[in-house]
Amino acid sequence: METNINVNLKIWRQRSPKEKGAFANYRVENVSTGSSFLEMLDMLNQQLVEKGEEPVVFDSDCREGICGMCSLYINGHPHGPVQGITTCQLHMRKFNNEDTITIEPWRSAGFPVVRDLMVDRNAFDKIQQAGGYVSFNCGGAPDANATPISKEVADTAMDSATCIGCGACVAACKNGSAMLFVSAKVSQFALLPQGKVERARRARAMVKKMDELGFGNCTNTGACAAECPKNISLSNIARLNREFIKAKLAD
Amino acid sequence: MADIKNLEGMIDSTPIMKDYADIESSKLPEYQIDSKIPEGPVAEKWTNYKAHQKLVNPANKRNLDIIVVGTGLAGASAASTLGELGFNVYNFCIQDSPRRAHSIAAQGGINAAKNYQNDGDSVYRLFYDTVKGGDFRAREANVYRLAEVSNNIIDQCVQQGVPFAREYGGLLANRSFGGAQVSRTFYAKGQTGQQLLLGAYASLNRQIQKGTVRSYNRREMLDIVMIDGRARGVIMRNLITGELERYAAHAVVLATGGYGRAFFLSTNAMGCNGSAAVQAFKKGAYLANLAFTQIHPTCIPVHGEDQSKLTLMSESLRNDGRIWVPKKKEDAEAIRAGKKKPTDIPDEDRDFYLERRYPAFGNLCPRDIASRAAKERCDAGYGVGTGNAVYLDFKYAIERLGEDVVRDRYGNLFDMYQMISDDNPYQTPMMIFPASHYTMGGIWVDYELQTSIKGLFAIGECNFSDHGANRLGASALMQGLADGYFVLPYTMQNYLSDQIKVPHFKTDTKEFDEAEKGVKERIAKLMAIKGTKSPDQIHKKLGHVMWNLVGMGRTLQSLVKALDEIEAVKKEFYSDLRIVGSADDLNTELEKALRLEDFLVIAKMMAIDALNRNESCGAHFREEYQTADGEAARNDKDYMYVSCWKYTGDNEKPILLKEDLKYEAIQVQTRNYKS
Repeated sequence: METNINVNLKIWRQRSPKEKGAFANYRVENVSTGSSFLEMLDMLNQQLVEKGEEPVVFDSDCREGICGMCSLYINGHPHGPVQGITTCQLHMRKFNNEDTITIEPWRSAGFPVVRDLMVDRNAFDKIQQAGGYVSFNCGGAPDANATPISKEVADTAMDSATCIGCGACVAACKNGSAMLFVSAKVSQFALLPQGKVERARRARAMVKKMDELGFGNCTNTGACAAECPKNISLSNIARLNREFIKAKLAD
Repeated sequence: MADIKNLEGMIDSTPIMKDYADIESSKLPEYQIDSKIPEGPVAEKWTNYKAHQKLVNPANKRNLDIIVVGTGLAGASAASTLGELGFNVYNFCIQDSPRRAHSIAAQGGINAAKNYQNDGDSVYRLFYDTVKGGDFRAREANVYRLAEVSNNIIDQCVQQGVPFAREYGGLLANRSFGGAQVSRTFYAKGQTGQQLLLGAYASLNRQIQKGTVRSYNRREMLDIVMIDGRARGVIMRNLITGELERYAAHAVVLATGGYGRAFFLSTNAMGCNGSAAVQAFKKGAYLANLAFTQIHPTCIPVHGEDQSKLTLMSESLRNDGRIWVPKKKEDAEAIRAGKKKPTDIPDEDRDFYLERRYPAFGNLCPRDIASRAAKERCDAGYGVGTGNAVYLDFKYAIERLGEDVVRDRYGNLFDMYQMISDDNPYQTPMMIFPASHYTMGGIWVDYELQTSIKGLFAIGECNFSDHGANRLGASALMQGLADGYFVLPYTMQNYLSDQIKVPHFKTDTKEFDEAEKGVKERIAKLMAIKGTKSPDQIHKKLGHVMWNLVGMGRTLQSLVKALDEIEAVKKEFYSDLRIVGSADDLNTELEKALRLEDFLVIAKMMAIDALNRNESCGAHFREEYQTADGEAARNDKDYMYVSCWKYTGDNEKPILLKEDLKYEAIQVQTRNYKS
């Protein structure tokens, strides 16, 4: 059954990308363990507003784990201590009364802090713009059942396509690498007949853009997949490496 | 205002409507509506339209600018397709990336009349089911066109690399959804909206890369700029810097979603809002059928006052889950007191009330009917949990199919449920309750998806057009993509064909100056209130009023009371609102306050629309208008029209305009899901 708990929060506050940030301490009492983590932060912000202080800025939108807008580094883990979920799906029953919880933004060269816990993830859009699509114009597609695709291939492509673009992989990586994110999109298209046509061009373009934008190199530590809220597998990175080498050999 | 004390026993609002709106002027010649429906039989209208419409040649497209506000299924598909055609597109979203628009959260699937299952589907049947599901309050010609292009959408998405579910033979799989007796729903696990949106986002990215689409994130539209009676630009607030920005174009497209957060708690995302609709309304666009708001039957019940949103459990679960409450009141009481568990109740003591009341459709009856039936049982004292919940039980499906098959079909939904509720749905039934989910009403558009303002278009959920009084499951994704990929790119050219000589607009004109000044004054007014209540605190109050009085069951009396209470909340908003921080900066409290101010306008219009409609139809259930067995009693003689509302001033009464609905290809009948 649900109860109420009190928690102590250590939250990173930072006015702008250029200003220095620091931790601030807060306390929230009487939080229902049935509340979500972000509802607990809503309670904190209500308290701050009542005191005339500016609320802690953090991103969130769908609050059901699919839009990829929420982030937060909670007690040293992107999206908190529970595996396979986003911050918005984390519930207070995972914490104990009087716990101290440390909350930080994604920290990576690729994602500058905008304010407090909000970061700029435009770099992810730019990587997708470099080649994360099948090139054709609306109206020209053949009948949807014209090309059979085996269930196994479709399911594997779906697993890769499940990436929500939240950036936890980059935040978890000591090198700040975006390989898991890039490889998930490259894999989805490399697996499907519709995407195979441009596979070499896509792999080259997306990797080039990722490097340009200052993301680090992959050293196969696997932290990205371990912290991914959608359980995107490391095998995607292996597939991207193969795709990239094949593309380079073809040059 | 009508005095609530004098209304006892009254069920027809006509005598008191004059207190709230002008419903007499609709007969005047200047208030007649032209919906521009093409001539000919319904099945040929769209073909005829396309054959005879005007086009813009490629060299001229380059010189024409189009603003698309929103990047959900409708916005992203429209922006990318208009870009592919060669127009200059300016595309805006309030999130940090176009990929996060709330279409992404749609779970169950997308309908199309492919008839891949050979189970009797056709364009006509999808059209028929949609009109019937909407309780004969949708525009026939639009719905037929929707059904017609539905098949192209599936082709388009497969080519984009959307990994739809497939059978072992490699062809596409289908499942059933409410309100249909065929399997026509295509799906990608319980994440269909995500996959379709990422498909549209990919096409959009290709155009951004090519330079035909310019993408602006974290921007919120605060006004539409009119030049010589046409929509020619927008004022955007940059949500990071707080600066106001000006953008001009030959046409403006709104793809801004629904207004379901008027109820505060809903399945919508935190940022979903109805502000674009209100801005269009104030500039002269009509708001239509606002009373038609969908309350989705299968959401996770409310847990407490600090709750920020509700989570939907896909309707697809009703394919295999059986909905029940205890037959005996004492069992329900024991469960609520924690003395009994649902698994303690034997089958013969379970009331599968949907199967009992609607034998032909059972657990797959339409959403409005399933929601009301749940409320009816809970109001009668048979609810479980807090009293406002019913069971959705997979025990029978697991017995029939095995746990592995159930896990394969619904695994991610079960995980999501367990994360929120801490219960394991493989072992104990899920608890569900209805919640605000989708709005059928919205900005009035004609057949070309153009509003009553020249050059202003509305697509996707933010328009009113295709779902009538109730939307069927898996039809929202279909409509958003139909509008964006296959309808607007045609009709837009018909509008722009005589605009090819109009040069690019400058933004340093007096029209832009005035619009920006208006926005600045509006923001300054709210910042200056300096009261004690946060926007969320006031929004929650509005939500309670709307849910209790303008929710699943409405009466003349509850609506009059709601109008009084909305007025009180409005008064509190303008006297006691507190926005901390500054207007010229990132300020999430100001964003919420601006959206709430607009929700107050919509809430009032929803209640007026519901009060005017003295009948029950689809999701609009006026309790005084029901049959002996509790079904909606429609009044086709007096209300077979789209109710369009025209703005006349902040404290003035809106004018009602009527678009009469004519059904030529379909026989109007009472909805029957029993036999």
